[in-house]
Amino acid sequence: MIDKKLRGSAAIVGVGHAGLGDATGFSEMEIMVQAAQRAVADAGLTMQDIDGIATASVAATMWVMPAIEHLGIRPTFIDSTMIGGSSFVAHLMPAIQALESGQCNAVLVCYGSTQRTSTVNRAAVGNMRKMMDPQPYENPYNPLSPLSSYALAANRHMHQYGTTRENLAEVAVAARKWAQMNPEASMRDPLSIEDVLNSKMVSDPLTVRDCCLVSDGAGAYVLVRADRAKNMKQKPVYVLGNSTAIWNRQISSMHDLTVTAAQQSGKIAFEMAGVKPADIDVVEVYDAFTINTILFLEDLGFCKKGEGGAFVSNGNIAPGGILPVNTNGGGLSCVHPGMYGIFILIEAVRQLRGSCGERQVDGAQLAVVHGNGGTLSSQATAILGTAETL
Amino acid sequence: MAQDNATLTVGAEKYFHEQLAQGHFLIQRCKACSTSIFFPRMICPHCGSGDIEWYAPSGKGTVYATTTVRKKPEAGGDYNVALIDLEEGPRMMSRVEGIAPAEVKIGQKVQASVKTAEEGNIVIFTVAGE
Repeated sequence: MIDKKLRGSAAIVGVGHAGLGDATGFSEMEIMVQAAQRAVADAGLTMQDIDGIATASVAATMWVMPAIEHLGIRPTFIDSTMIGGSSFVAHLMPAIQALESGQCNAVLVCYGSTQRTSTVNRAAVGNMRKMMDPQPYENPYNPLSPLSSYALAANRHMHQYGTTRENLAEVAVAARKWAQMNPEASMRDPLSIEDVLNSKMVSDPLTVRDCCLVSDGAGAYVLVRADRAKNMKQKPVYVLGNSTAIWNRQISSMHDLTVTAAQQSGKIAFEMAGVKPADIDVVEVYDAFTINTILFLEDLGFCKKGEGGAFVSNGNIAPGGILPVNTNGGGLSCVHPGMYGIFILIEAVRQLRGSCGERQVDGAQLAVVHGNGGTLSSQATAILGTAETL
Repeated sequence: MAQDNATLTVGAEKYFHEQLAQGHFLIQRCKACSTSIFFPRMICPHCGSGDIEWYAPSGKGTVYATTTVRKKPEAGGDYNVALIDLEEGPRMMSRVEGIAPAEVKIGQKVQASVKTAEEGNIVIFTVAGE
């Protein structure tokens, strides 16, 4: 089940993003292509060197085809798996296998969205999705999608483990403090626990400040075999472990709202990498809502189940705390264009390159990246490391 | 009224909604492993068997998780969304009515009923009598 031979067999050698925050006047394809071009240039390659692609779109089911047209490539490896925001973390393993088998030599993984400024409003997209991706046993009760599902998980976690709204707010405040050190982050004003508690309630117990941003943005990365990565332009960031797990689609089908499939994906990814949570220097998890960070830190093994609320408190995951989490400011304060998974990978790569400026985690060698999709549905974990960790 | 999947001429989803339209709330049970199943489907998610029967549950349930969706009064006001654990085992999304949304709490005993609505009947719950 765990193929240790693939540990460190591929490396991320280029990253790029475009249109972060507000991309007025540009289509999502256009900003994605800009991000892709930057990632390829960052790797010291040209677009003609790209012979593998993985991408997915919230709305367009055949998105990879126009993407190939726009990029002008003729790939021999094509993956358009769409499992929500974790897709771009899940895209790693098939790409690694394709590289290892010789099916291709350089894979571009990319995503873009103009969710914030698009002329198609989000309510219209939501209504279309109800038809295209029906959930006939939940939709009649009008849960806010996806927000109410996460609110239900938070409610259950609070009941079962005594987690408080202050604990949830700590996650948002820590993300903001990291964002204040990231010039690319959207939200950099000071934010206090009280500000979060007193902001507008949307679906109890989650306020607007417990929820991620709605932004534009595109991101991309380039993956090649490790032997080639050694002699390229950037310091390579190796993929030491990767695993994806899905146990449910609907929140009502989740066996236990306090336990996600990240327990499975995390366990396998850590086993493949041969490291444990205590070895990790920097953590990038998909914080669509504040409860996510708590659930994933528990499920990935950074603390025991039920202790996530206390674990994130007292500034423990903020700058200067015991564990650096979401160092770009996260989906809560940096950027969140519909599906955020690609941005956690980009941030982890930058941390391991040592290029994060003021927010750089000193001596970061090992990072865990964890993507989430749907309503706590898809979970994808990656362990990344520098050459020293091979 | 209660049938087996094998005797139906329509899929589980259509049968569920046809029954609901007539005021009946039915769930499924696997005849191979005896596990009750909701939402309705074609094979048992526990053992893979296709030998599935339908029956009317007791309607007794317990609130597993709850949230109040905040809406302005002019947009219809706040409403409840809850996950209910049925006495027979399965969990379902629903709404607890008859009390303020904020008064819905985890652990409350609730009772199902079929609510007639223009956009289609739905199963809702009210707080169970002592």
